[in-house]
Amino acid sequence: MYVAVKGGERAIENAHRLLAHERRGDRAVPEVTLAQISEQLALGVDRVMTEGSLYDRELAALAIKQARGDMIEAIFLVRAFRATLPRFGATDPVNTGEMQVRRRISSTFKDVPGGQILGPTFDYTHRLLDPQLAEGFVPEQPATAEASQAATPRVTDILGRDGLIETSPQADSDAPVGDLTREPLSFPADRDLRLQNLARGDEGFLLALGYSTQRGYGRNHPFAGEIRFGEVEVEFFAEDVGFAVPLGSVELTECQMVNQFKGSTTEAPCFTRGYGLAFGQSERKTMSMALVDRALRARELGEEAGAPAQDEEFVMSHSDNVQSTGFVEHLKLPHYVDFQSELGLLRKLRQEFAEANQAVELQEAAE
Amino acid sequence: MSSTSSTGPDSKQAQRKAAMTVLAHSAAADIAGRLAAIAIPKHENLREPENGLVMMRGRVGGDGAPFNLGEATVSRAAVRLASGEVGFGYTLGRDAQKAQMIALCDAMVQSAELCGEVEAKVIAPLRAAVNAERARKAAEAAATRVDFYTMVRGEG
Repeated sequence: MYVAVKGGERAIENAHRLLAHERRGDRAVPEVTLAQISEQLALGVDRVMTEGSLYDRELAALAIKQARGDMIEAIFLVRAFRATLPRFGATDPVNTGEMQVRRRISSTFKDVPGGQILGPTFDYTHRLLDPQLAEGFVPEQPATAEASQAATPRVTDILGRDGLIETSPQADSDAPVGDLTREPLSFPADRDLRLQNLARGDEGFLLALGYSTQRGYGRNHPFAGEIRFGEVEVEFFAEDVGFAVPLGSVELTECQMVNQFKGSTTEAPCFTRGYGLAFGQSERKTMSMALVDRALRARELGEEAGAPAQDEEFVMSHSDNVQSTGFVEHLKLPHYVDFQSELGLLRKLRQEFAEANQAVELQEAAE
Repeated sequence: MSSTSSTGPDSKQAQRKAAMTVLAHSAAADIAGRLAAIAIPKHENLREPENGLVMMRGRVGGDGAPFNLGEATVSRAAVRLASGEVGFGYTLGRDAQKAQMIALCDAMVQSAELCGEVEAKVIAPLRAAVNAERARKAAEAAATRVDFYTMVRGEG
Protein backbone atom coordinates (compact mmCIF):
# COMPACT_ATOMS: atom_id res chain seq x y z
CA MET A 1 0.00 0.00 0.00
CA TYR A 2 2.78 2.42 0.94
CA VAL A 3 4.47 1.98 -2.44
CA ALA A 4 1.23 2.97 -4.17
CA VAL A 5 1.11 6.23 -2.18
CA LYS A 6 4.64 7.15 -3.22
CA GLY A 7 3.79 6.40 -6.84
CA GLY A 8 0.68 8.59 -6.55
CA GLU A 9 2.60 11.70 -5.57
CA ARG A 10 4.47 12.07 -8.82
CA ALA A 11 1.40 11.14 -10.83
CA ILE A 12 -0.64 13.84 -9.04
CA GLU A 13 2.04 16.45 -9.59
CA ASN A 14 2.24 15.65 -13.28
CA ALA A 15 -1.55 15.53 -13.58
CA HIS A 16 -1.77 19.07 -12.19
CA ARG A 17 0.97 20.17 -14.55
CA LEU A 18 -1.01 18.70 -17.43
CA LEU A 19 -4.17 20.40 -16.13
CA ALA A 20 -2.39 23.78 -16.17
CA HIS A 21 -1.29 23.11 -19.74
CA GLU A 22 -4.77 22.08 -20.86
CA ARG A 23 -6.29 25.06 -19.05
CA ARG A 24 -4.11 27.36 -21.12
CA GLY A 25 -5.20 25.55 -24.29
CA ASP A 26 -3.48 26.23 -27.59
CA ARG A 27 -0.72 28.68 -26.68
CA ALA A 28 -1.01 30.32 -30.08
CA VAL A 29 -4.46 31.57 -28.97
CA PRO A 30 -4.32 34.72 -26.77
CA GLU A 31 -4.87 34.15 -23.06
CA VAL A 32 -8.24 35.29 -21.71
CA THR A 33 -7.99 38.12 -19.15
CA LEU A 34 -9.99 38.55 -15.94
CA ALA A 35 -11.38 41.82 -17.29
CA GLN A 36 -12.59 39.99 -20.42
CA ILE A 37 -14.33 37.36 -18.29
CA SER A 38 -15.84 39.97 -15.98
CA GLU A 39 -17.04 42.20 -18.83
CA GLN A 40 -18.02 39.69 -21.50
CA LEU A 41 -19.10 36.65 -19.48
CA ALA A 42 -20.76 38.85 -16.88
CA LEU A 43 -23.72 36.59 -16.12
CA GLY A 44 -21.39 33.66 -15.44
CA VAL A 45 -19.51 35.89 -13.00
CA ASP A 46 -22.82 36.85 -11.38
CA ARG A 47 -23.71 33.20 -10.89
CA VAL A 48 -20.34 32.36 -9.34
CA MET A 49 -20.67 35.34 -6.97
CA THR A 50 -24.22 34.35 -6.01
CA GLU A 51 -23.62 30.65 -5.38
CA GLY A 52 -20.08 31.21 -4.15
CA SER A 53 -21.81 33.60 -1.73
CA LEU A 54 -19.15 36.26 -2.19
CA TYR A 55 -19.58 39.57 -3.99
CA ASP A 56 -16.26 40.20 -5.74
CA ARG A 57 -16.30 40.29 -9.54
CA GLU A 58 -12.55 39.95 -9.95
CA LEU A 59 -12.28 36.90 -7.70
CA ALA A 60 -15.25 35.25 -9.42
CA ALA A 61 -13.62 35.89 -12.82
CA LEU A 62 -10.36 34.37 -11.56
CA ALA A 63 -12.26 31.35 -10.27
CA ILE A 64 -13.94 30.84 -13.66
CA LYS A 65 -10.57 31.05 -15.40
CA GLN A 66 -8.91 28.65 -12.95
CA ALA A 67 -11.86 26.23 -13.19
CA ARG A 68 -11.69 26.26 -17.01
CA GLY A 69 -15.29 27.48 -17.11
CA ASP A 70 -16.61 24.73 -14.79
CA MET A 71 -19.07 26.83 -12.79
CA ILE A 72 -19.45 24.53 -9.80
CA GLU A 73 -15.67 24.16 -9.51
CA ALA A 74 -15.43 27.99 -9.67
CA ILE A 75 -18.09 28.33 -6.96
CA PHE A 76 -16.13 25.83 -4.85
CA LEU A 77 -12.95 27.94 -5.25
CA VAL A 78 -14.77 31.12 -4.19
CA ARG A 79 -16.29 29.42 -1.14
CA ALA A 80 -12.84 28.19 -0.11
CA PHE A 81 -11.37 31.69 -0.54
CA ARG A 82 -13.91 33.12 1.94
CA ALA A 83 -12.24 31.17 4.71
CA THR A 84 -8.99 33.12 4.22
CA LEU A 85 -10.39 36.51 5.28
CA PRO A 86 -11.71 37.77 8.63
CA ARG A 87 -15.30 38.96 8.81
CA PHE A 88 -15.69 42.56 9.97
CA GLY A 89 -19.43 42.21 10.62
CA ALA A 90 -22.77 42.43 8.85
CA THR A 91 -24.06 45.30 6.71
CA ASP A 92 -27.28 47.16 7.33
CA PRO A 93 -30.00 45.40 5.33
CA VAL A 94 -29.97 46.77 1.77
CA ASN A 95 -32.95 48.81 0.61
CA THR A 96 -34.00 47.41 -2.77
CA GLY A 97 -36.82 49.98 -2.91
CA GLU A 98 -34.15 52.61 -3.56
CA MET A 99 -32.39 50.61 -6.23
CA GLN A 100 -31.03 52.52 -9.22
CA VAL A 101 -33.13 50.43 -11.55
CA ARG A 102 -31.63 49.22 -14.83
CA ARG A 103 -34.42 46.75 -15.44
CA ARG A 104 -37.80 46.53 -13.82
CA ILE A 105 -40.77 44.59 -15.09
CA SER A 106 -44.10 43.48 -13.71
CA SER A 107 -46.24 40.79 -15.25
CA THR A 108 -49.19 41.81 -13.08
CA PHE A 109 -49.62 45.55 -13.78
CA LYS A 110 -49.14 47.02 -17.25
CA ASP A 111 -49.08 50.60 -15.96
CA VAL A 112 -46.95 50.09 -12.88
CA PRO A 113 -45.78 53.45 -11.39
CA GLY A 114 -42.25 54.10 -12.59
CA GLY A 115 -42.92 52.11 -15.75
CA GLN A 116 -41.84 48.84 -17.26
CA ILE A 117 -38.12 49.15 -17.96
CA LEU A 118 -36.81 46.28 -20.05
CA GLY A 119 -33.09 46.99 -19.59
CA PRO A 120 -30.52 44.56 -20.96
CA THR A 121 -32.52 41.36 -21.45
CA PHE A 122 -32.60 38.16 -23.51
CA ASP A 123 -36.42 38.38 -23.43
CA TYR A 124 -37.94 38.89 -26.89
CA THR A 125 -34.71 37.87 -28.64
CA HIS A 126 -35.22 35.16 -31.27
CA ARG A 127 -32.65 32.80 -29.82
CA LEU A 128 -30.99 32.40 -33.18
CA LEU A 129 -27.21 32.06 -33.12
CA ASP A 130 -25.67 35.27 -34.43
CA PRO A 131 -22.69 34.63 -36.72
CA GLN A 132 -21.76 38.34 -36.53
CA LEU A 133 -20.69 37.81 -32.93
CA ALA A 134 -18.05 35.29 -33.95
CA GLU A 135 -15.46 38.01 -34.35
CA GLY A 136 -14.96 41.74 -34.47
CA PHE A 137 -18.57 42.77 -33.96
CA VAL A 138 -18.92 46.36 -32.74
CA PRO A 139 -22.38 47.00 -31.28
CA GLU A 140 -24.15 50.33 -31.61
CA GLN A 141 -24.00 52.70 -28.66
CA PRO A 142 -27.10 52.23 -26.50
CA ALA A 143 -30.08 54.52 -27.07
CA THR A 144 -30.75 57.08 -24.37
CA ALA A 145 -33.86 58.88 -23.22
CA GLU A 146 -34.67 61.37 -20.53
CA ALA A 147 -34.76 59.51 -17.24
CA SER A 148 -37.93 59.90 -15.21
CA GLN A 149 -37.52 61.29 -11.72
CA ALA A 150 -40.59 59.32 -10.60
CA ALA A 151 -40.05 56.76 -7.89
CA THR A 152 -40.26 53.06 -8.75
CA PRO A 153 -42.12 51.61 -5.76
CA ARG A 154 -42.18 47.87 -5.36
CA VAL A 155 -45.31 46.30 -6.83
CA THR A 156 -45.85 44.53 -3.53
CA ASP A 157 -45.90 47.92 -1.76
CA ILE A 158 -48.65 49.07 -4.12
CA LEU A 159 -50.74 45.95 -3.46
CA GLY A 160 -49.95 46.28 0.22
CA ARG A 161 -51.52 49.72 0.48
CA ASP A 162 -54.95 48.21 -0.18
CA GLY A 163 -54.25 45.21 2.04
CA LEU A 164 -54.48 42.93 -1.01
CA ILE A 165 -51.23 41.19 -0.18
CA GLU A 166 -49.80 39.89 3.07
CA THR A 167 -47.21 42.09 4.78
CA SER A 168 -43.63 40.89 5.09
CA PRO A 169 -42.79 39.32 8.45
CA GLN A 170 -41.03 41.88 10.63
CA ALA A 171 -37.87 41.29 12.61
CA ASP A 172 -38.01 39.79 16.05
CA SER A 173 -35.58 42.08 17.86
CA ASP A 174 -34.70 39.33 20.34
CA ALA A 175 -33.74 36.81 17.70
CA PRO A 176 -30.36 37.19 15.97
CA VAL A 177 -30.33 36.81 12.19
CA GLY A 178 -29.65 33.15 11.44
CA ASP A 179 -26.38 32.39 9.67
CA LEU A 180 -25.84 28.94 8.23
CA THR A 181 -22.14 29.67 7.66
CA ARG A 182 -21.75 29.82 11.44
CA GLU A 183 -24.19 27.25 12.84
CA PRO A 184 -25.09 23.91 11.28
CA LEU A 185 -28.61 23.62 9.85
CA SER A 186 -31.36 22.26 12.02
CA PHE A 187 -35.02 21.78 11.21
CA PRO A 188 -37.52 23.32 11.18
CA ALA A 189 -35.55 26.33 9.87
CA ASP A 190 -36.84 29.90 9.99
CA ARG A 191 -37.41 31.97 6.87
CA ASP A 192 -34.13 33.92 7.27
CA LEU A 193 -32.11 30.70 7.15
CA ARG A 194 -34.21 29.32 4.31
CA LEU A 195 -33.63 32.44 2.23
CA GLN A 196 -29.89 32.38 2.95
CA ASN A 197 -29.80 28.74 1.90
CA LEU A 198 -31.78 29.40 -1.29
CA ALA A 199 -29.72 32.50 -2.14
CA ARG A 200 -26.54 30.40 -2.32
CA GLY A 201 -28.32 27.31 -3.64
CA ASP A 202 -27.69 25.76 -7.04
CA GLU A 203 -29.61 27.53 -9.79
CA GLY A 204 -30.35 24.30 -11.66
CA PHE A 205 -31.68 22.56 -8.56
CA LEU A 206 -33.92 25.50 -7.63
CA LEU A 207 -35.05 25.90 -11.24
CA ALA A 208 -36.15 22.26 -11.35
CA LEU A 209 -37.93 22.53 -8.00
CA GLY A 210 -39.64 25.78 -9.01
CA TYR A 211 -40.72 24.17 -12.27
CA SER A 212 -42.05 21.16 -10.36
CA THR A 213 -44.40 23.45 -8.39
CA GLN A 214 -45.72 24.85 -11.69
CA ARG A 215 -46.35 21.34 -12.98
CA GLY A 216 -48.46 20.47 -9.97
CA TYR A 217 -46.08 19.20 -7.30
CA GLY A 218 -47.06 21.81 -4.71
CA ARG A 219 -48.86 24.25 -6.97
CA ASN A 220 -48.98 27.82 -5.65
CA HIS A 221 -50.32 29.88 -8.60
CA PRO A 222 -47.48 32.36 -9.04
CA PHE A 223 -47.34 35.68 -10.88
CA ALA A 224 -44.07 37.55 -11.35
CA GLY A 225 -45.30 40.59 -9.44
CA GLU A 226 -42.02 42.29 -10.09
CA ILE A 227 -38.45 41.62 -11.13
CA ARG A 228 -35.92 44.39 -10.71
CA PHE A 229 -32.21 44.60 -11.37
CA GLY A 230 -29.85 47.47 -10.63
CA GLU A 231 -27.47 49.03 -8.17
CA VAL A 232 -28.15 49.15 -4.47
CA GLU A 233 -26.12 51.08 -1.89
CA VAL A 234 -24.48 49.12 0.92
CA GLU A 235 -23.79 50.59 4.35
CA PHE A 236 -21.96 49.07 7.25
CA PHE A 237 -22.11 50.27 10.85
CA ALA A 238 -18.44 50.59 11.75
CA GLU A 239 -17.93 50.82 15.50
CA ASP A 240 -14.62 52.63 15.16
CA VAL A 241 -16.25 55.32 12.99
CA GLY A 242 -19.45 55.58 15.03
CA PHE A 243 -21.90 55.69 12.13
CA ALA A 244 -23.00 53.60 9.16
CA VAL A 245 -20.28 54.06 6.53
CA PRO A 246 -21.09 53.73 2.83
CA LEU A 247 -19.18 50.86 1.20
CA GLY A 248 -20.29 51.54 -2.36
CA SER A 249 -22.96 49.80 -4.38
CA VAL A 250 -23.63 46.27 -5.56
CA GLU A 251 -25.74 44.95 -8.41
CA LEU A 252 -28.68 42.88 -7.22
CA THR A 253 -31.70 41.19 -8.77
CA GLU A 254 -34.92 40.93 -6.80
CA CYS A 255 -38.03 38.91 -7.62
CA GLN A 256 -41.36 39.40 -5.86
CA MET A 257 -43.61 36.48 -6.64
CA VAL A 258 -47.31 37.09 -5.97
CA ASN A 259 -49.19 33.90 -5.16
CA GLN A 260 -52.67 32.67 -4.46
CA PHE A 261 -54.63 33.77 -1.48
CA LYS A 262 -54.80 32.80 2.09
CA GLY A 263 -57.48 33.90 4.50
CA SER A 264 -59.52 32.68 7.40
CA THR A 265 -62.75 33.44 9.20
CA THR A 266 -60.94 36.25 11.01
CA GLU A 267 -58.66 37.49 8.21
CA ALA A 268 -59.78 38.74 4.81
CA PRO A 269 -58.21 36.78 1.97
CA CYS A 270 -55.07 38.30 0.45
CA PHE A 271 -52.28 37.35 -1.93
CA THR A 272 -49.26 35.57 -0.47
CA ARG A 273 -45.63 36.11 -1.44
CA GLY A 274 -42.43 34.37 -2.35
CA TYR A 275 -39.13 36.25 -2.43
CA GLY A 276 -35.91 35.99 -4.38
CA LEU A 277 -32.72 38.06 -4.11
CA ALA A 278 -29.30 37.43 -5.67
CA PHE A 279 -26.04 39.13 -6.66
CA GLY A 280 -25.74 40.54 -10.16
CA GLN A 281 -28.27 40.00 -12.93
CA SER A 282 -29.63 36.62 -11.89
CA GLU A 283 -33.21 36.52 -13.05
CA ARG A 284 -33.79 32.81 -13.49
CA LYS A 285 -32.18 32.26 -10.11
CA THR A 286 -34.31 34.78 -8.23
CA MET A 287 -37.52 33.60 -9.91
CA SER A 288 -36.76 29.99 -8.99
CA MET A 289 -35.78 31.06 -5.47
CA ALA A 290 -39.06 32.95 -5.03
CA LEU A 291 -41.11 29.94 -6.20
CA VAL A 292 -39.31 27.62 -3.81
CA ASP A 293 -39.44 30.16 -0.94
CA ARG A 294 -43.22 30.26 -1.37
CA ALA A 295 -43.46 26.46 -1.63
CA LEU A 296 -41.51 26.08 1.61
CA ARG A 297 -44.13 28.21 3.38
CA ALA A 298 -46.81 25.57 2.79
CA ARG A 299 -47.08 24.45 6.41
CA GLU A 300 -47.05 28.02 7.73
CA LEU A 301 -49.94 28.82 5.37
CA GLY A 302 -51.89 25.70 6.28
CA GLU A 303 -51.49 24.02 2.89
CA GLU A 304 -51.15 20.32 2.29
CA ALA A 305 -47.40 19.75 2.06
CA GLY A 306 -46.38 16.59 0.26
CA ALA A 307 -44.37 17.76 -2.75
CA PRO A 308 -40.55 17.79 -2.86
CA ALA A 309 -40.38 21.62 -3.17
CA GLN A 310 -42.40 21.91 0.05
CA ASP A 311 -40.08 19.64 2.02
CA GLU A 312 -37.76 21.99 3.86
CA GLU A 313 -35.27 19.36 4.94
CA PHE A 314 -35.09 17.83 1.47
CA VAL A 315 -34.68 21.19 -0.28
CA MET A 316 -32.22 22.77 2.13
CA SER A 317 -30.08 19.66 2.50
CA HIS A 318 -29.60 19.27 -1.25
CA SER A 319 -29.55 22.83 -2.60
CA ASP A 320 -25.86 23.49 -2.02
CA ASN A 321 -23.87 22.42 -5.06
CA VAL A 322 -20.52 22.55 -3.26
CA GLN A 323 -21.77 20.09 -0.65
CA SER A 324 -23.45 17.98 -3.31
CA THR A 325 -20.45 17.81 -5.57
CA GLY A 326 -18.20 17.07 -2.61
CA PHE A 327 -20.16 13.98 -1.70
CA VAL A 328 -20.84 12.79 -5.24
CA GLU A 329 -17.28 13.38 -6.43
CA HIS A 330 -15.65 11.82 -3.40
CA LEU A 331 -16.74 8.52 -4.90
CA LYS A 332 -13.83 8.78 -7.36
CA LEU A 333 -11.21 9.07 -4.62
CA PRO A 334 -9.43 5.85 -3.59
CA HIS A 335 -11.76 3.47 -1.76
CA TYR A 336 -9.37 0.54 -2.14
CA VAL A 337 -9.60 -0.71 1.43
CA ASP A 338 -13.41 -0.36 1.56
CA PHE A 339 -13.65 -2.09 -1.75
CA GLN A 340 -11.26 -4.89 -0.71
CA SER A 341 -13.46 -5.70 2.27
CA GLU A 342 -16.59 -5.62 0.06
CA LEU A 343 -14.80 -7.88 -2.41
CA GLY A 344 -13.82 -10.28 0.38
CA LEU A 345 -17.39 -10.42 1.63
CA LEU A 346 -18.75 -11.02 -1.87
CA ARG A 347 -16.26 -13.86 -2.49
CA LYS A 348 -17.31 -15.44 0.79
CA LEU A 349 -21.03 -15.16 -0.08
CA ARG A 350 -20.41 -16.63 -3.52
CA GLN A 351 -18.47 -19.50 -2.03
CA GLU A 352 -21.29 -20.23 0.44
CA PHE A 353 -23.77 -20.09 -2.45
CA ALA A 354 -21.63 -22.50 -4.50
CA GLU A 355 -21.23 -24.88 -1.56
CA ALA A 356 -24.96 -24.82 -0.83
CA ASN A 357 -25.74 -25.53 -4.50
CA GLN A 358 -23.15 -28.29 -4.61
CA ALA A 359 -24.74 -29.86 -1.56
CA VAL A 360 -28.17 -29.70 -3.22
CA GLU A 361 -26.78 -31.21 -6.44
CA LEU A 362 -25.11 -34.03 -4.54
CA GLN A 363 -28.33 -34.67 -2.67
CA GLU A 364 -30.34 -34.69 -5.93
CA ALA A 365 -27.80 -37.04 -7.54
CA ALA A 366 -28.02 -39.35 -4.56
CA GLU A 367 -31.82 -39.56 -4.75
CA MET B 1 -28.86 63.09 8.65
CA SER B 2 -31.28 65.98 9.18
CA SER B 3 -29.55 68.98 10.65
CA THR B 4 -30.64 72.50 11.34
CA SER B 5 -27.19 73.83 12.08
CA SER B 6 -24.57 74.02 9.34
CA THR B 7 -21.75 73.61 11.82
CA GLY B 8 -23.15 71.02 14.22
CA PRO B 9 -21.76 67.50 14.61
CA ASP B 10 -24.67 66.04 12.58
CA SER B 11 -23.86 68.16 9.59
CA LYS B 12 -20.16 67.25 9.81
CA GLN B 13 -21.12 63.60 9.94
CA ALA B 14 -23.42 64.04 6.94
CA GLN B 15 -20.58 65.75 5.07
CA ARG B 16 -18.15 62.94 5.90
CA LYS B 17 -20.69 60.35 4.84
CA ALA B 18 -21.43 62.15 1.59
CA ALA B 19 -17.69 62.32 0.83
CA MET B 20 -17.26 58.63 1.69
CA THR B 21 -20.12 57.74 -0.66
CA VAL B 22 -18.48 59.55 -3.57
CA LEU B 23 -15.08 58.04 -2.81
CA ALA B 24 -16.43 54.50 -2.43
CA HIS B 25 -18.07 54.84 -5.86
CA SER B 26 -14.91 56.18 -7.50
CA ALA B 27 -12.09 54.13 -9.01
CA ALA B 28 -8.85 54.14 -7.04
CA ALA B 29 -6.94 55.59 -9.99
CA ASP B 30 -9.38 58.52 -10.21
CA ILE B 31 -9.03 59.27 -6.48
CA ALA B 32 -5.24 59.09 -6.76
CA GLY B 33 -5.35 61.45 -9.73
CA ARG B 34 -7.32 64.04 -7.78
CA LEU B 35 -5.20 63.69 -4.65
CA ALA B 36 -2.10 64.38 -6.74
CA ALA B 37 -3.44 67.91 -7.29
CA ILE B 38 -3.36 68.88 -3.61
CA ALA B 39 -0.73 68.99 -0.88
CA ILE B 40 -1.09 65.87 1.26
CA PRO B 41 -0.72 66.68 4.97
CA LYS B 42 1.61 64.66 7.19
CA HIS B 43 -0.15 61.57 8.48
CA GLU B 44 0.42 58.11 9.89
CA ASN B 45 -1.45 54.86 9.59
CA LEU B 46 -3.60 54.27 12.62
CA ARG B 47 -4.65 50.94 11.20
CA GLU B 48 -2.71 49.30 8.40
CA PRO B 49 -5.01 48.75 5.45
CA GLU B 50 -6.58 45.29 5.67
CA ASN B 51 -8.95 43.18 3.63
CA GLY B 52 -11.88 41.29 5.07
CA LEU B 53 -15.48 40.36 4.55
CA VAL B 54 -18.85 41.75 5.47
CA MET B 55 -22.01 39.67 5.49
CA MET B 56 -24.46 41.51 3.25
CA ARG B 57 -28.05 41.49 4.44
CA GLY B 58 -31.34 41.73 2.59
CA ARG B 59 -34.88 41.80 3.91
CA VAL B 60 -37.62 39.18 3.53
CA GLY B 61 -39.91 40.52 0.80
CA GLY B 62 -37.62 43.56 0.43
CA ASP B 63 -39.11 45.27 3.48
CA GLY B 64 -39.36 42.63 6.21
CA ALA B 65 -37.03 40.92 8.67
CA PRO B 66 -33.34 40.81 7.71
CA PHE B 67 -31.61 37.71 6.34
CA ASN B 68 -28.02 36.97 5.33
CA LEU B 69 -27.71 37.18 1.55
CA GLY B 70 -23.99 36.49 1.15
CA GLU B 71 -20.63 38.06 1.86
CA ALA B 72 -18.67 40.76 0.08
CA THR B 73 -14.99 41.64 0.18
CA VAL B 74 -14.17 44.90 1.92
CA SER B 75 -10.97 46.83 2.47
CA ARG B 76 -10.50 49.23 5.38
CA ALA B 77 -7.90 51.60 6.76
CA ALA B 78 -7.52 54.38 9.33
CA VAL B 79 -5.08 57.31 9.32
CA ARG B 80 -4.26 60.14 11.71
CA LEU B 81 -3.10 63.52 10.50
CA ALA B 82 -0.24 65.21 12.30
CA SER B 83 -2.85 67.79 13.35
CA GLY B 84 -4.82 65.02 15.11
CA GLU B 85 -7.82 64.27 12.87
CA VAL B 86 -8.55 60.55 12.51
CA GLY B 87 -10.00 59.41 9.19
CA PHE B 88 -11.54 56.08 8.25
CA GLY B 89 -11.74 54.40 4.88
CA TYR B 90 -14.07 51.54 4.00
CA THR B 91 -14.80 50.25 0.52
CA LEU B 92 -16.12 47.17 -1.23
CA GLY B 93 -13.39 45.15 -2.92
CA ARG B 94 -9.82 44.34 -1.98
CA ASP B 95 -8.04 47.55 -2.90
CA ALA B 96 -6.15 48.53 0.26
CA GLN B 97 -4.72 51.64 -1.42
CA LYS B 98 -8.24 52.85 -2.13
CA ALA B 99 -9.29 52.32 1.51
CA GLN B 100 -6.25 54.27 2.63
CA MET B 101 -6.97 57.17 0.27
CA ILE B 102 -10.58 57.28 1.52
CA ALA B 103 -9.31 57.37 5.12
CA LEU B 104 -6.95 60.20 4.25
CA CYS B 105 -9.74 62.18 2.57
CA ASP B 106 -12.05 61.55 5.54
CA ALA B 107 -9.39 62.95 7.88
CA MET B 108 -8.95 66.00 5.67
CA VAL B 109 -12.72 66.56 5.49
CA GLN B 110 -12.67 66.82 9.29
CA SER B 111 -9.88 69.36 9.31
CA ALA B 112 -11.17 72.94 9.33
CA GLU B 113 -8.04 73.97 7.48
CA LEU B 114 -8.07 71.34 4.73
CA CYS B 115 -11.79 70.68 4.35
CA GLY B 116 -12.45 73.33 1.71
CA GLU B 117 -9.63 72.26 -0.55
CA VAL B 118 -10.32 68.52 -0.42
CA GLU B 119 -14.00 69.18 -1.01
CA ALA B 120 -13.33 71.45 -4.01
CA LYS B 121 -10.42 69.63 -5.64
CA VAL B 122 -11.09 65.99 -4.81
CA ILE B 123 -14.66 65.28 -3.74
CA ALA B 124 -16.53 67.71 -6.03
CA PRO B 125 -14.95 66.58 -9.32
CA LEU B 126 -15.28 62.91 -8.33
CA ARG B 127 -18.93 63.53 -7.42
CA ALA B 128 -19.53 65.07 -10.83
CA ALA B 129 -18.04 61.98 -12.49
CA VAL B 130 -20.06 59.58 -10.33
CA ASN B 131 -23.27 61.52 -11.04
CA ALA B 132 -22.53 61.61 -14.78
CA GLU B 133 -22.07 57.84 -14.78
CA ARG B 134 -25.32 57.40 -12.87
CA ALA B 135 -27.14 59.68 -15.28
CA ARG B 136 -25.73 57.79 -18.28
CA LYS B 137 -27.01 54.48 -16.90
CA ALA B 138 -30.39 56.00 -16.04
CA ALA B 139 -30.71 57.43 -19.56
CA GLU B 140 -29.87 54.06 -21.13
CA ALA B 141 -32.44 52.32 -18.93
CA ALA B 142 -35.03 55.02 -19.69
CA ALA B 143 -34.73 54.31 -23.44
CA THR B 144 -35.94 50.75 -22.74
CA ARG B 145 -39.05 51.92 -20.90
CA VAL B 146 -42.18 50.47 -22.52
CA ASP B 147 -44.55 53.14 -23.76
CA PHE B 148 -47.85 51.30 -24.20
CA TYR B 149 -49.61 54.44 -25.40
CA THR B 150 -47.29 54.83 -28.39
CA MET B 151 -47.82 51.18 -29.32
CA VAL B 152 -51.60 51.65 -29.44
CA ARG B 153 -51.32 54.85 -31.50
CA GLY B 154 -49.04 53.08 -33.99
CA GLU B 155 -51.68 50.46 -34.68
CA GLY B 156 -54.42 53.04 -35.22
